[in-house]
Amino acid sequence: MTQPLHIDAVSAHYGTTKVLEDLSLSVQAGELVSLLGASGCGKTTTLRLIAGFLSPTSGSITLGGRDLTRLPTHKRDIGLVFQNYALFPHLSVLDNVAFGLKQRGIAPAERRKRAMAMLERVGLAALADRAPGALSGGQKQRVALARALVIEPPLLMFDEPLSNLDAKLRVDMRVEIRQLQRANGTTSVYVTHDQEEAFSISDRVAIMNAGRLMQFDRPEVLYRRPANTFVARFVGFENIIPFKAVARDGDVVTAETAGMRLRLSQSLFGAIPDTFLLATRPDGLTVSIEAAAEGLPARLGLRTYLGRAYQYQCETAAGHLIANGILTTPLEAGTSVKLVPVPEQCTILAPDGDE
Amino acid sequence: MMSDRPHPILVVIAALVYLFLMVPLVIVVGAALSDTTYLTFPPQGLSLRWFENIFAISAFRRTIVTSLQIAFLGTLFALLIGIPAAYALNRFRVELPKWLGTLFVLPILVPEIVFGFALLKSLTVGAGVPIFLALLVGHTLLVLPYVVRVISASLASFDFSIEEAAISLGSAPVKTFFTIVLPNVRAGVIAAFILAFITSLNDVSVSLFLTGPGISTLPIQILAHVEQFFDPTVASVSVLLMFLTVAVMAIVERTLGLTFLAK
Repeated sequence: MTQPLHIDAVSAHYGTTKVLEDLSLSVQAGELVSLLGASGCGKTTTLRLIAGFLSPTSGSITLGGRDLTRLPTHKRDIGLVFQNYALFPHLSVLDNVAFGLKQRGIAPAERRKRAMAMLERVGLAALADRAPGALSGGQKQRVALARALVIEPPLLMFDEPLSNLDAKLRVDMRVEIRQLQRANGTTSVYVTHDQEEAFSISDRVAIMNAGRLMQFDRPEVLYRRPANTFVARFVGFENIIPFKAVARDGDVVTAETAGMRLRLSQSLFGAIPDTFLLATRPDGLTVSIEAAAEGLPARLGLRTYLGRAYQYQCETAAGHLIANGILTTPLEAGTSVKLVPVPEQCTILAPDGDE
Repeated sequence: MMSDRPHPILVVIAALVYLFLMVPLVIVVGAALSDTTYLTFPPQGLSLRWFENIFAISAFRRTIVTSLQIAFLGTLFALLIGIPAAYALNRFRVELPKWLGTLFVLPILVPEIVFGFALLKSLTVGAGVPIFLALLVGHTLLVLPYVVRVISASLASFDFSIEEAAISLGSAPVKTFFTIVLPNVRAGVIAAFILAFITSLNDVSVSLFLTGPGISTLPIQILAHVEQFFDPTVASVSVLLMFLTVAVMAIVERTLGLTFLAK
């Protein structure tokens, strides 16, 4: 039942606006892939293209060998879960769930049995006869989920399904969605702007920006090894410092930037080009008050309290950087310090140009 | 503490307004029941003979039937055109040009007398359309803006992702329109039906131009009758027209439900 999805060189233009540019993406059978990005990045357009509510300007979409590109939505056999639930207000919870089965010509008794079984799985069997209007947000989304799952679609898609729920429920629901998706082994596409949600729920995440795919990989890789400065900034690498390699000694590359030299191991970072960007999160820069420390000279600015650390705004020859310092020794604004990169928490990026 | 009881002055004003609205109706009903051969109020003697007289005059019999036919068919055609139009205007609000929505309500802005004359010139005189058909077209166009407006208002609060959900579950778009969209704007359709039917049934201005030899509507026949006679028939036929209007609302209420009035 579970099938792979292939998006091949798909572009979508509204008039002269290019909403999606040459997107290629494959979702393996049984995999959950998130499309992540800010509003207007093309993630919802991608979902609507897969669903068939929009037609691509060029390119093709196939699901398990079936070419969907020109197929009308109602023949695509895709389960959809919407942000605003989109339950049928004039039908009971049970009839909502049974709707897709009815379209498939399944007999009333069987319909009822299967819909009840699915409601059982999402814990709402007791509310089968209620009207959707009488349910809470979380219950509505469970009904929507049951309605999409009961037709056993080869592809399940979620369009910001948890955005209308409060924070606590959002976390519970995403675990529940993941468990149901795993248990059914349904190939899934999940659209969200919430990074934590995408990373926690997905096998792989596609980060999108301005209609283009920026990086498509496992959350662990995106989080530790972003492929470009856009993704790096997106996942929290707030410090991006340009470096030049000045000497190479086997595995070790010596590189320098304004006022600082650094020795980096290629076994840790992979091949290091002659000019590159070193990216770190605030946690990846240690604040040292020792004058002898090998680090980037900096002058501390505003200090903010994060609970687990103090965060400093720092002025350096390499520009404005952000570093986290230990709680035991809060430092005053204006202090001269050295910022020492922690190699394990850094990553190396090619200089911009093709971003 | 705030009182839930309305202010006495408000009660008095409301009562006066109702009185102002109801008194003419009471006078008409009273005059219709009078036993005299001329219009008078209060009625002198009680009689239903002027109601009988309506049905004795063949012109009234014919025009009542014509009026009901025109109102019913005109409303039906206006719904057949207006529901898909309102649907398209709302569903493709972004894609469609803004003036298209205005186009459908434009007839309301044209004085009815001008509208009627324009129809006479184009349909009856220009194209030689038969009288009944011209009346039907005229009334359909007359009530169409109301239908589009009322159903548009209903569709404005309809969440079209519901329609998309149904289509994604395998329901073909046309079928989805009938099983999902229409049931959810039912209240709007009923309201549009009542408004259109009553507008058509009571119309004078447009019908004045489009009626002709042998075919007329009830309000036009009432006018024609008053020009020649001053007997209470005109009062009794007015009561009948009111009764028809109320009956239509009652029937619609019984069969489809007027719950939308409470919403």
